[in-house]
Amino acid sequence: MSANPAPTSAADDDQLHADLALLINAIYRQYSYDFRDYAGASQKRRVLHALAQLQYPTIAALQEAVVREPELFMRLLQYLTIPVSEMFRDPSFFLALRQQVVPLLRTYPSLKIWIAGCSTGEEVYSLAILLKEEGLLDRSMVYATDINPRSLSKARQGIFPVASIQGHTANYQAAGGRQAFSDYYTAAYDGAIFDKSLRNNVTFADHSLATDSVFSETQLILCRNVLIYFNKKLQDRALGLFHESLSHRGFLGLGSKESIDFSVYTAHFEALDKPERIFRKAGA
Amino acid sequence: MQVQQIVKSPPVEAVVIGASAGGVHALLAVLSKLPTNFLLPIIAVIHLPKERSSRLAEVFQQRLAMSVQEAADKQAIAPATLYFAGSGYHLSIELDRTFSLSCEDPVNYSRPSIDVLMASAADAYGASLAGVLLTGANVDGAAGLARIKQRGGMTVVQDPAEAQVATMPEAAIRKMKPNLVLTLDGIRQLLVELDQNHAHT
Repeated sequence: MSANPAPTSAADDDQLHADLALLINAIYRQYSYDFRDYAGASQKRRVLHALAQLQYPTIAALQEAVVREPELFMRLLQYLTIPVSEMFRDPSFFLALRQQVVPLLRTYPSLKIWIAGCSTGEEVYSLAILLKEEGLLDRSMVYATDINPRSLSKARQGIFPVASIQGHTANYQAAGGRQAFSDYYTAAYDGAIFDKSLRNNVTFADHSLATDSVFSETQLILCRNVLIYFNKKLQDRALGLFHESLSHRGFLGLGSKESIDFSVYTAHFEALDKPERIFRKAGA
Repeated sequence: MQVQQIVKSPPVEAVVIGASAGGVHALLAVLSKLPTNFLLPIIAVIHLPKERSSRLAEVFQQRLAMSVQEAADKQAIAPATLYFAGSGYHLSIELDRTFSLSCEDPVNYSRPSIDVLMASAADAYGASLAGVLLTGANVDGAAGLARIKQRGGMTVVQDPAEAQVATMPEAAIRKMKPNLVLTLDGIRQLLVELDQNHAHT
């Protein structure tokens, strides 16, 4: 057998994983951002990617600099969190929300909704548009939370790249949209500026599913493609928060390939639409 | 190296397979004649358009004796099962040998990416892993196989002369000199030997 590339021993790999853990622990001690229970494979890829982009030779060198320089930490944070989002992502999910959940939400005089891990806000504006078209936006209070201040700041602005609008528009239509999608934004330079009245009832806030607790009772929670980045322990913590926050028979929407089947909270939720990952808090 | 000379220490405990253009046909050719008592878990990424990808497990289940599933986030890897990566998400294997999904950027224009699956599998299984790369029209999988080899796992590439599209096998052969270059029939025989080897330990 040819030995190309040079084999690395299991010990080298153990060292790398140990250095990763040290970095993550140092970040927690210095900045109180808790990535200790994130799923390992994806986290490792993202730290190695950050290492190359930020041009540090080793994880240890990066760690040493990060604990000293808050600005560098903020740059690293952009790699540690995953700001992927499109508007009306998985249109069939939003269609199901419109057809199956909205009729039940109508029965409430006022609504509190939590979008956990809102990233740069695409999901927030999507939901606000849906609620507006269903006549529910005025009686809703939406809490959009994330751990990344730069993402939250972008979300507050509600400006998305024009290049992405075509995809968003197709999604909006497939999700059962009732207007022309262009009714909701003004195109300027390379940005589409979304109607700011959409966020009249939206509160953007810093909140960590790893370290913070429940802040409000809610009737609907969307947390899509966030739990896949957590290990089982942290996933259970987050689902526990959702269970605590949701009012009697409240609704939970997850990402299209997320499941609660492997969680200790499996029995605490029942599927309203299993393929679309829409769940309901189980009756007592 | 001949298949007959394979003596793996430690024995292989899982097989990861990557394929792209022509991959469904090739993978069926390898798996459809495996013995019904085949035990090694097989985890596969096949690049396909979304609509076809979502039916992969169903299509293979109709033709295979072993259990076929789309790999689910946080699911533990079980024996005698073929898992497929679902569309739109990278599939990784965690150190505790459970699956995890992620929406990071595509790798080699692909999500799921063969490199992502193979590199994470190399971390989880080390030398107890076999990686197989079949027909395809891009370069995904070459870096993943290199990583498996680096960790002492076994690496196998389909003979480009036989592959429906030779680009992917050729890219891997250029990049990392796999342990074996075999026809689909040879790969099937190898899997049977690896499974027997595993069963006897």
